[in-house]
Amino acid sequence: MSALIQLTAVQKYYGDYHALRDINLTINEGEFFSLLGPSGCGKTTLLRTIAGFEGVSEGAVMIAGKDMSDVPPNLRPTNMVFQSYAIFPHLSVAENVAFGLRKSGMGKPEKAAAVKDALNMVGLDGYGDRAAHALSGGQRQRVALARALILKPKVLLLDEPLSALDKKMREHMQVELIRLQRAVGITFILVTHDQEEALVMSDRIAVMFEGEIGQLADPESLYRRPNSRRVAEFIGKMNFINGTASATDEGAKLLVPGLGKCTIPAEQFPQGVTTGDVAIGIRPETLAVLFEGDKAPRFEAEAVVDEVVYYGDMTYYDVRVAEVEKPLTIAMKNLIGRPVLDVGAKTRIAWDERSLVVF
Amino acid sequence: MATRFSSEQKRTMGLLTAPFTYAILLLAVPLLAIVLFSFWTQDFMEVNTTFTLDNYREIAEKPIYFSLLQRSLFVSFCVTLVTVVLAYPVAYFVSFKVQPSRKSLWLFLITIPFWTSYLIRVFLWKVILGYNGVINSGLINLGIIEEPLTFILYNVNAVIITLAHAFAPFAILPIFVALEKIDRSLLEASQDLGESKLMTFLRVTLPLSMPGLVAAVLIVFIPTIGDYVTPELMGGAGGKLIANMIQVQFLQLNNAPLGAALAIVAMLSVTAISLFFVFLNRRWLRGRS
Repeated sequence: MSALIQLTAVQKYYGDYHALRDINLTINEGEFFSLLGPSGCGKTTLLRTIAGFEGVSEGAVMIAGKDMSDVPPNLRPTNMVFQSYAIFPHLSVAENVAFGLRKSGMGKPEKAAAVKDALNMVGLDGYGDRAAHALSGGQRQRVALARALILKPKVLLLDEPLSALDKKMREHMQVELIRLQRAVGITFILVTHDQEEALVMSDRIAVMFEGEIGQLADPESLYRRPNSRRVAEFIGKMNFINGTASATDEGAKLLVPGLGKCTIPAEQFPQGVTTGDVAIGIRPETLAVLFEGDKAPRFEAEAVVDEVVYYGDMTYYDVRVAEVEKPLTIAMKNLIGRPVLDVGAKTRIAWDERSLVVF
Repeated sequence: MATRFSSEQKRTMGLLTAPFTYAILLLAVPLLAIVLFSFWTQDFMEVNTTFTLDNYREIAEKPIYFSLLQRSLFVSFCVTLVTVVLAYPVAYFVSFKVQPSRKSLWLFLITIPFWTSYLIRVFLWKVILGYNGVINSGLINLGIIEEPLTFILYNVNAVIITLAHAFAPFAILPIFVALEKIDRSLLEASQDLGESKLMTFLRVTLPLSMPGLVAAVLIVFIPTIGDYVTPELMGGAGGKLIANMIQVQFLQLNNAPLGAALAIVAMLSVTAISLFFVFLNRRWLRGRS
């Protein structure tokens, strides 16, 4: 895989507002890349600087080895799927899809064939003559995809493309987008505030906060080894316990109040081994409620159920452990024969030092 | 057979009675009277109420009426063209270039011509365009011309200039509204799909603003056909229009039936042309959500 998009020291100011802070980023050919972050973190601005709708205040954007600073959006090898889809209301579906082909030099039959192929690819064959306003949200999005992909761009930019769809449709389109990306082999850059969407779809994810990239990693590393507390809090759920650490040769000895003592290697300190007061992160699914007869594989502790949230496939327990300030959230699969505990029930919980992340 | 109405229907009827009566008395009845009059004739001092097509025959036979109507349509066409062509950039500027917080101020400024009466505005144009008017004396003093320009007052040009100014806000506002409604991401999408700014305007902005443009055309075109104040004051001998003739028939020649028939003919011409624009509008509206 070779680098397709390179951003070097990109800064963007709106007056006094610093929208993008020193962005350095390389996105490879054929990659499904996501920009993830809370609203206002600059992810859309970053996407728009790649598309060319926003200039950069400092730094450089290179696409396929060419500096894009003086290249307007219409001359860049990028195409975009807008959040609102931006389907032209005065044109039919086929006319929308063919919009960008005006300068392609194709004849009428060639264009018609290309439009047919593109609509086929997104599963809209036979919709060409429909009026744009007669489409549902999911169909509009497919038209927007076909309209962009028909031009065979080097990069497809997707600005929160799924946020306007309902949950079922969103999950369906996630899978379709992945399938489509594999089929066409084009680099996809997805902007989203939905961490689950980013985890499901991406090869790599850049998590952004306040105009800077907090962490850039593949989904698994991002989830298992968030490099800062704010990334850990943004991606998935995470319990935090205040504890103390003391350094050893290979890592640290950890005292987790209420849970016990353990030794962990240095790699579980993403910001380097610190001693003294530390924040210990534990994912809810790496903890377990022990039912009668269960034995903890590593460590266990006494707890009282504080809150039960039943999701059907899962049950989320909030349990109180002595000496831990906040209740710990535990996610349990509702396996066959497994009871759902009541609030106030006394129980034991199991934990594993290998799943801890310490900041 | 007794018709029964639900209480809601009764309430609706109650609410509609007053405006409906008003519309009948002040719109339908006068219009009907005009239609009736056009089929009657004037016998010196009184109106002969036998049904006849004489008025229409006279209009068809005497070339003066046809040429007046032709001139009216031509003037209205020119006024509409000038107004809309000048209004579009203004509407575009306010919609696309003015900060959102300043837009209402700009719209307010655009209505300034309405602050003075229509007549006063016409007279002001007389002062500007006159033989010793602002333009002529200015140009003479600057040494650009030696003789005052005469083609700017008391002819069709003067009528066109005055009417175009008077109707400018009417044309700007519907175009502005149509432009405001355009989703800005459509313009970005067009650029993203490879079109320059000019082509984006031609392929996206212009077609999407068409309903506003057609509305502006209708709003300017229809009333200018019926205007007789401006041609009377600004048009001189060669600038009189069909509306002036109708006025003369009704008030000076005391031939209301012929005036009514002329009014009907003018109305039908306007209707025909307006319908054409309405169908045009429909074509653009089709396919819009």
